[in-house]
Order: sequence, then C-alpha cells, then structure tokens
Amino acid sequence: MSIISKEEAQAIMKKVLSYSKADECTINFSGSEDGNIRYARNSVSTAGEQRQTSLGVSSAFGKKVGIATINEYDDASLEKVVRRSEELANISPESPEYMPVLGPQTYAESITFNAATAALNPDNRAESVGKSLKVAKDAGLEAAGFLENSTGFNAMLNSKGLFAYNKSTDVSFSVTIRNKEGTGSGYASKSYNDTAKMDTLALSRQAAAKANGSAAAKAIEPGKYTVILEPLAASDLISTMFGGFDARSADEGRSYMSKKGGGTRLGEKLFDEKVTMYSDPLNPDLPFSTFAGDGQPQKKTVWVENGVVKKLAYSRYWAQQKGVEPQPSANRIIMEGGKSSIEEMIKGTEKGILVTRFWYIRFVDPQTLLLTGLTRDGTFYIENGKIAFPIKNFRFNESPVIMLNNLEELGKAERVGNLIMPPMKIRDFTFTSLSDAV
Amino acid sequence: MKRKEFLHMSAMSFGALMLPNTFLAGRSIDPMEALYEGIDVAAKKQLADVSLTVAKSKGASYADIRIGRYLNQFVSTRENKLQGVANTESFGAGVRVIVNGSWGFAASDDMTKEGIARVTERAVAVAKANAKIQGETVKLAAQKGYGEVSWKAPIEINAFTVPVKEKVDLLLNANSIAMQNGASFVNSLIFAVNEQKYFASTDGSYIDQDIHRIWPTFTVTKTDKATGKFDTRAALSAPMGLGYEYLIPAADQKVSGIVTRYKMRYDILEDIKNATNDVSEKIKAKSVEPGKYDVVLDPTHLWLTIHESVGHPTELDRVLGYEANYAGTSFLTLDKWQSKKFNFGNKKVNIIGDKTQPGSLGAVGWDDEGVKCGKWNIIDEGILVDYQAIRDQAHIIGHTESHGCCYAQSWNDVQFQRMPNISLLPNKEKRSVDDLIKNVEKGIYIMGNGSFSIDQQRYNFQFGGQTFYEISNGKITGMMRDVAYQSNTQEFWNSMSDIADKDDYRLGGSFNDGKGQPPQSSAVSHGSATACFKNVNVINTARKI
Repeated sequence: MSIISKEEAQAIMKKVLSYSKADECTINFSGSEDGNIRYARNSVSTAGEQRQTSLGVSSAFGKKVGIATINEYDDASLEKVVRRSEELANISPESPEYMPVLGPQTYAESITFNAATAALNPDNRAESVGKSLKVAKDAGLEAAGFLENSTGFNAMLNSKGLFAYNKSTDVSFSVTIRNKEGTGSGYASKSYNDTAKMDTLALSRQAAAKANGSAAAKAIEPGKYTVILEPLAASDLISTMFGGFDARSADEGRSYMSKKGGGTRLGEKLFDEKVTMYSDPLNPDLPFSTFAGDGQPQKKTVWVENGVVKKLAYSRYWAQQKGVEPQPSANRIIMEGGKSSIEEMIKGTEKGILVTRFWYIRFVDPQTLLLTGLTRDGTFYIENGKIAFPIKNFRFNESPVIMLNNLEELGKAERVGNLIMPPMKIRDFTFTSLSDAV
Repeated sequence: MKRKEFLHMSAMSFGALMLPNTFLAGRSIDPMEALYEGIDVAAKKQLADVSLTVAKSKGASYADIRIGRYLNQFVSTRENKLQGVANTESFGAGVRVIVNGSWGFAASDDMTKEGIARVTERAVAVAKANAKIQGETVKLAAQKGYGEVSWKAPIEINAFTVPVKEKVDLLLNANSIAMQNGASFVNSLIFAVNEQKYFASTDGSYIDQDIHRIWPTFTVTKTDKATGKFDTRAALSAPMGLGYEYLIPAADQKVSGIVTRYKMRYDILEDIKNATNDVSEKIKAKSVEPGKYDVVLDPTHLWLTIHESVGHPTELDRVLGYEANYAGTSFLTLDKWQSKKFNFGNKKVNIIGDKTQPGSLGAVGWDDEGVKCGKWNIIDEGILVDYQAIRDQAHIIGHTESHGCCYAQSWNDVQFQRMPNISLLPNKEKRSVDDLIKNVEKGIYIMGNGSFSIDQQRYNFQFGGQTFYEISNGKITGMMRDVAYQSNTQEFWNSMSDIADKDDYRLGGSFNDGKGQPPQSSAVSHGSATACFKNVNVINTARKI
C-alpha cells in the first residue's frame, strides 16, 4: 500500500525521529497511487498504475543542513537515511538562511479526499474512455486522450513536535479530437476532486464539435484583436503570473512586482478593477491541503482585490528580514467571474476572436511578463455577435499584466486544471504571426 | 528527477530556489560511499525471472521488467550562501506486458519476490482491461536476446565521489567572482544524476547499465534600481553525459571568440566572469530595430532550435498521432517521407539520430526495451529520410528493427519513444565562424538559449537567446537587446547559408525534455557547429507595464 494512514505514518516518522542526533530534524513522508489510461488513433496506447512513496529527512546542526530521501522502510534503511542527511549536514557549510523549525500548529480539517475517486480501477477507467472513443468513431473522427486519477498522502513531523497529515484525490480527463483529414482539431479538459462530476461523454462531444467546426480554417492577418478567451485559454495565461507574487524577487528588483526606485507593488492598482483573485483550501471545487510545505497553516488568501495587489508571498526567512508575517505561496487560484455565458459574450461582440486554448507558452521578458505562445484546437472569428468562421492559429506576444488592464468583460467562472477561471473578453490582444499548425 | 520528486524536494527546502526551468539532478559522496553501491546483478536477475515467469503463466505474449535505482544530488547556492544540498534515491521495478494484443504496465517499490509477482499480475490486469476496448493490436519488431550484458558510461570521475564541500566551494568561488564584478545577484547549481538500471525481457536479454549525467549552471542578474530594469545572463555550460571531469577546465576544450565557449570540459570561473561583464553590457545595450536579419547561431543557442524544429517533428509517435492530446503531432507526415524528395532543408543540412556519442546525454548501450543503440540519418542533404522509432512502431515505416529510442524516466514510468541525440553535421570543408560573419551585411550573432516556443505541428517558432551581437558589414559592432526571431521550420532550414567545420562542433542539450501523459522528462544532447541563416524575421520584445 502506498497510501499510509495518519496513525501508521506518524508511527514510522516517530521511529525515524528516534534515530536523529541532529539539533533539529524534519521528516516529510508522502506517497501516491496513480492510475491512468492513454489513447490515440481511436485506440488505447499505454495504460498503467504507479505506486510510490518517499520519505525525506532534513537534519540541521546549527545552520548546517542536509537532506536525504529514501523509499525503503526497514529499520536499517530508515536509520540509513537519517545518517545520510546528518553526514550531508556535517560536511556542508552553513546555510545562512536556514530557519528554525516550527512548533506544533493548528490546521483546519482538509476536504481534499474523495473515496469514490480513490476507488477508481482499470475497468472504470477503460469504461470512461470507451465512451469517448465511441463519440469519435461514430462521428468518423479520431480521438486521443488521457484519463488519470491519483490518491496521495503527505505528512510532516519535526523535532519540535509539529505533525501534519493530509490525504487527497484528483482525477483529470483531456481529449483531442481531430478529423481524418487533419484539417480540424478540438479539445476539452477538466479536473475534479470528485469523480462523480466527470462526464467523459459530454467533454468528448464538445471536442468533436470543435474538430468539425474548426475545419477549413481561413487565414486572417496577425495584429491587435478583441479576443474572448475560454476559461482554459485564460487559465493558460493567468497561471504564469503567480511566480511574480514572491515578495523577495520583487524586493530584489527582479520581478514585474518590483517598483521603480525599489520596493514592491504591494497595494498598487496593477490591474483592471474587475480583477479579484484568491485561493482557498476549503473551496469544494478546488480544495488543497490546509498546511504548506514548511508546516505553516494555509488559509483563504485574497491576492488581488478590485485590481489592487493585496498580498505577496513571504518565505519565513524573507518575512523575518522584512519584519512581516510569513505567507505561503499562491496555490490553486480562483479568479472571480461574472454572470454571462460564453455564448452571451459572443453575442455582445461585434468583431473578435474566440480562443479555445493556448499552447507552448514561454516567458519572453520577465520584466514585463511578456509571454509568447500559440492558439490551438479551435480558433474562430466572431462577427456581429456570431461565430463567422474558423481561422488559422496565431502566435501571440502578450503580457497578462497588460491583458488584465484591457479587460472588457468576465463570464461565469469554472474549474479548469488547478484554477477556477472565468472566460474573459480582452481588447487589443497582440497576435504577431500565423501558424500552419492544426 | 521526476517532477513529483522535485516538488517533494521543493516542499522540503528548495521553495525559493531559482532552478533553471525544471528539475533534474545522483550518486554517492565519499563518507558514505558504501551506502550507494549498486544492487547485486544476480539478485536483480532472480527478481526479473520471477516477473517474466509470472507474466508468461498469466498469458503474456511478451514481458519486460526494469529494475532501477536512481540517485540524484543537488548543490545550490546564491551569492555567498549555500542554499541546499540534497541527495535522493529511489528504487523499484516497472513491469510491461502484452496480453491479448494490448500493453499493460504497473510499477512498485515492493522489491520482494512476492511484491514483484503482484506488480506483474497488476500489469496483466491492466492489459486485459485495455484489450476490451482496444482498436489496433500491438505489433512488436523482433528483437534478439543479448543474454547477460552490461554497459557503463565512459566517465573519468564519478560526481558522487567528489566531496560536497568541493562542489560548494567551487560554486561560492564562482559567485564571488560575479559579485566582485558588479552582479546584483547570482544563483548557481550543480546537479548530478546516476541511473543504475537493469532490464530483462522474455526475448532473453538481461542488461545492466550505469549512466551518469552532470549539469553545472548559473544565472547572473543585474538590477538597476533607478530605472527598475533588470537583466540576466545564464551559463554557457551544457548538461552532459559526463562525470565531474566536466568541471575541470582544459585549454584544448575551449573555443575562443567574442566570448569563450566550451566543448567536453567547462570553466565555470571564467564563464561567470564573462557572464557578469555581458550582463552589465546587455542591460545598457540598444534595443533591436525589428526587421529581417541574417542570424548567426552559436551551438550554445542552435541546439535548442534543432531540438524543437528537427528533434520533435521527426519523432514517429508524434507523426502517427500518439501525442495528439499533449505534445502535438508533426508536419512531417508519412507522405513527405515516402516521397523521398521533401526538402526539409537545403543541401547543406545533414542531421543524424545518435545514441552513441561519448559525453552526450543520450548515449547508452541499450535502450529501455533491450535494443542495441546506434546512429542513423534523418535529414540527408536536406531530404527527410527517416524518423525516430521504437519496437511497436518500426513496422509502420517498413523497418524490421527499432532505432533504439525507448526510454522511461524512472522504474515508475512506462517506457515510450523519446528523442535520441539529434545533431547537425558540421561543414566537411574548412570553415571558421569568422568566415561566416564576414559574409553577413546586416545580422545578429546569438549566444545561449533563451525563450523558446513552437506550435504543436512544429511549423512556427520563436526563439530568444542570452546575448545578441549586431553584425554590420561583416563585423561585430556591439551588443543588442530585446531580440527574438520568428520563422517557419522548412523555410528556416532552407535558409541555412553556411556552417562552420568540426573544430567548432559542440554539444548543447536539455536535462528535461518533456513528453507523454503522465509527463516524463528525458535528457538529450544536440551537436552542431555555428551556422548562418539568411533573412530571418526579428521582433523587438520590449514592453511597458
């Protein structure tokens, strides 16, 4: 078994701790059971199950720290990993930024585990994928997709008596459906905590409709356009922003959150006032562990409110340097949306482009958060409130910071991947070249 | 290192670390050398035989088992501080079977005979479940068994036997050179990897291999408080299939020019000084005027363009659609290969697939499905002549044998088709970089890899770099900034006007090429000499927020 109960994990970790001779010792123990099925060309390609566990020991003598991990649990191996981390600590110079370990903390009850998701097996997975394959075959299209469920645990114990344990489940499904000629392609993707919400049939029908709808795309000139980004496309760009919420890199002058003349943009109105973003470990659609990797409690945190930057993440070390409270990094972001559906947003658009998703997004300039990447799997021209015709894919060069200042409208938010994102209408979005890719 | 393990490590102590965009990294350190000794081959063979016997008895027509121990070591520093030292170790087995014409895979770290029998039964159960909805049945190219054989990477110094203190001292020494020369910040790292892997199959192979990789790297940052501007220059090192000897400088392994670059030995102290000078010049350099330029691409940059625009589109799994839902497909469809006249590039363009080059990241004796490795032509005088294939794909392109491109990032992941080293052959005639530059009227000379993006069929790409030098009438006239070039793969490789000879040939590479679902990382090298491409579209990437 790779999912070890709270009591059992605690017992193993206590045994590990009993071998420690260091001034301070932290043990991290995690494990997962993952099952997946992958298909392409209307046929299953690979599928499997993976089980793994890992136990990591961090030992400190003063500020000399060593870390070692292992995945064998007999007494000799457990003692070996402790000795190895201690040897590493002993032969290492001091880590000046080492922070003493935290004492016991209080955490809210986590809601990340769902028994039905944990119980998924190869037959259930094959059955869900069978529905998707049927959609493609019946329509004379070709499907490629992936379904994966995982159950994991994560535990922490240190020499000051802090103990934390969490168990979680996730299931995700994605499918690309293409026409046989290779001229049309559609995509759908969703992740859930609870498998009961997953509908592989409906998602596959969406992807099939996009595959047919995007065939015989026309080329239009690159340039600045009003765009409606579906939640997936929006999340592709917005998810790149949160590395910049690290206070230290902002203070050090090497982030888009750095202020000219020194300091950070905390408290500044950096985005359109419609922008509010937060994270909440107890959100039922997007829950996460109520403790962070360093043992701090995770709570609901508002990062941006009405366009104003309300919080930056401070490591314990940097918080101490700056005399502020530590704040764990941004995790599983929720962006507040509006009430309109995508169809209603299209209806209110005279001319524009509807984007299903983006692909191969990379930072071009961290100073301005300029990104490049391409549209993929269904890009459409909107005229007089209607989808007029499919268009060829574009490369873009755009910054989400600039984009969230050119925000015209937000639609109804939904979970995509590990964010909750609304569809958004943006003016003056910059496409720089055409791509022949379908 | 796998992403999950990396995240586990991050949670422990590397949270604030500026790791170069992903994860990787080992074998032993001297005080505990005995702890890292490999597992006895006879014990691995016993476990393997348990699995193969169970698989066959449960109806498998083919089975293989990979027993792996994966060791990683990270040493990371910033400015005058050690940030972390970590060793990781992971041990387990992955079993792959064909039952009723379908693949099944399962992995476990329960390394008892009973555990191995159970994981084999799980793999069989997965294959049976899949067979119920299977469309095409698996056709495996025949493969002879090699019996009991072994391969070891030809390294001189096992990085895990080098004391951690020596590594820390080297990095802190490098950092102090950067800080003394005016850097605002510097991060530096040494990652070391050791894959001890054992493969056995029902074909009758028992293959024991010992693979080593190392990646020293750094980023120097310069900030300007008054303007709020900042800029960086990363190391011109390459991740290599070498031991710690890579970090011992050798004069005959240096390439001189506008900045020193390196072949099979690296000089981190020299490069960090050059980097600090470069970033000071870069932050003040003039912003590029967008337009058409000839671009002269150093191997520290060109490897990534080769990787993205040649390596990926010639992966047969992409061509066939197996990656349609993730990494994408390929514009190099089978009809283009069948025509035997598809001009991927002009006649100067010769590109090979290679799993043997010493010091490269892709070099192994046998791949992860027991195929002996070699090298082959992919682009021959500009024409697409072959792909990269594994055993269950070879029949599709009329081959009777696999190219040996099968790899899994750990015992815990299923093996599948991964890119071999894909390298551009140098000019057979004598040609220096100076010869290339003197023929350029209006151009940009680019060092190091920067931002990179390409579409899912590998037509349209955009690349940045680390440093950019303006070429005017055959001469380098100074540095520029905010440069990225955009092109189309076929157009780009047909615009290659010249390439330097073997004296300039070097390897670049990636520790973390990603593909597959669940995603797996693999390490791959790309060799080339400096090459010139005509009339490429350059954009200016500066913006205001």
